Amino acid sequence: MSKSVRDMINEKNSNRSILHFTEKAAPLIFLLCAIVSVFTTLGIVFTLLIETITFFNRVSFLEFITSVEWYPFAEGNSSYGILSLVSGTLLITLIAMVVAIPIGLASAIYLSEYATLKVRKIVKPIVEILAGVPTIVYGFFSLTFVTPLLKNIIPELPIFNALSPGIVIGIMIIPMIASLSEDAMNSVPNSMREGALAMGSTRLEVALKVVLPAALSGIIASFVLGISRAIGETMIVAVAAGATPKLTLDVTESIQTMTAYIVQVSLGDAGYGSTIYYSIYAVGMTLFVFTLAMNLLAQYISRRFREEY
Amino acid sequence: MQVIDKDTVKRKTSKRLRKNRLLKWMFFLATLFGIVVLATLLYRIFTQGVGYLDWGFITSFASRFPEEAGIKAAIIGSLWLMAVTAPVSLILGVGTAIYLEEYAKKNKWTRFIQINISNLAGVPSIVFGLLGLTIFVRILEMGRSILAGGLTMSLLILPIIVVAAQEAIRSIPNDQYEASFAMGATKWQTIRRVVLPAAIPGILTGGILALSRAIGETAPLLMIGALTFIAFLPENVWSGFTVMPIQIFNWTSRPQEEFQYAAAAGIIVLLILLILMNSIAVFIRNKFTKRY
Repeated sequence: MSKSVRDMINEKNSNRSILHFTEKAAPLIFLLCAIVSVFTTLGIVFTLLIETITFFNRVSFLEFITSVEWYPFAEGNSSYGILSLVSGTLLITLIAMVVAIPIGLASAIYLSEYATLKVRKIVKPIVEILAGVPTIVYGFFSLTFVTPLLKNIIPELPIFNALSPGIVIGIMIIPMIASLSEDAMNSVPNSMREGALAMGSTRLEVALKVVLPAALSGIIASFVLGISRAIGETMIVAVAAGATPKLTLDVTESIQTMTAYIVQVSLGDAGYGSTIYYSIYAVGMTLFVFTLAMNLLAQYISRRFREEY
Repeated sequence: MQVIDKDTVKRKTSKRLRKNRLLKWMFFLATLFGIVVLATLLYRIFTQGVGYLDWGFITSFASRFPEEAGIKAAIIGSLWLMAVTAPVSLILGVGTAIYLEEYAKKNKWTRFIQINISNLAGVPSIVFGLLGLTIFVRILEMGRSILAGGLTMSLLILPIIVVAAQEAIRSIPNDQYEASFAMGATKWQTIRRVVLPAAIPGILTGGILALSRAIGETAPLLMIGALTFIAFLPENVWSGFTVMPIQIFNWTSRPQEEFQYAAAAGIIVLLILLILMNSIAVFIRNKFTKRY
């Protein structure tokens, strides 16, 4: 052996300063990575805010939130009343939830209370594939399959309507509600089920009267998140709902949602600096506020009302 | 004296049991509904598009004539986009996860970052499109380029990757750290040589799933202004581009019926790519994920 241990230690020590440097630098570099996400949020808020302010310098805020006339493309007498876009969005969301909540919840009950472990292991991933299908594929499906199918039932249904994309968005959201609700129901301890079963309850009574109430906060939070997803969904409505902003409760009519309007403008050539250009930021801001409120609400519900066992 | 009337009990019990059985079947049918829709969707798109799908479709550019239209530019565009999105989002995402799990103190600032990330996950993708349009395309003057689109996509899928990486890191047991520290390794050495190698399967699984989400995403790129009709291949990250979902969207919204078949064929290509990516993710998870 030519080198003594002492030599090796000395050699190592001479590398110390480099080692010391990386030790100090690493956390800083990772902190920078983490800050990117904070800057993303700040970036979203600032860009939306600044362009929205420019928009409100040209269009009165009062008109924006009270008028039901949304005619941005009318030369000369264009009108910006977001209510018709909001109502279109809410109509689509309502249809989606009518589809997604009962089916999603029923799937969750089946998977957590009735299905054997083996069935659950096979079925759950298959249902979750639904959530991974690209939304443009759902849009195509809605336009070329669901709408013609619905036409058999409602003959006067136009090609572009609120019903078909609403149903399809509902289908897209089913796995989200099923999965989150099932998680909530699974975290209800078995001793509660066993107690109820020992008292002579049927499985159904256990599910509806014991597990469901105990898991209610998680279940409601999953509904709220589903609503948020439906509000922000873009491509399905852009393809299949048409582009007719109006205030209506008639599901067979063509409507326009906030997201679909933004897509419509981005496809055309609204010049940079035109009022139409700024209007997509005002609509985007409204959309952002809606979904943020929903997400915060869902977080609040699942934190505030979570029962610990 | 008979207190319990057995017949009454029997009648009432059998009624409750019948209700139980009936509802069980309804719950089962509801679960089946999703699967049936999925099967219908796949069957419909396959039968519509498979006749249109041939080698010419994959190797041709988009065209005004449906029978000549192909998806070449869109496939290459999607790959270019991934070449930007994958490294950026993985580096940022894993870096954030390491910071949060290994270095951050449990204080308000850390909680703020964490809440911020879960809120970002709930922001509609089209809002990310508005962000990309303003920051990358206009302010940083990247134009309607692959770079602008890729960076926007990276920010969009960042929350998914952060959460997946955090879970992967968290699942490494404490004795691994202790063993490494006991050998005299420093914190960064432990992270680089012990934590990261052990967490890589989990990170890759989450990363691939996030990227497959990005490949199917349309709205943000429409905002960025990815072109819907191009007959050239991108040369570098500053080139204009189109991606598969946008090409499909373009075909979907054309009036001629033949384009619907092109759209269906495009969807088949897209779905095959997604299934491939998901299988790789599942394979990695099954093969390399260790339980301690």
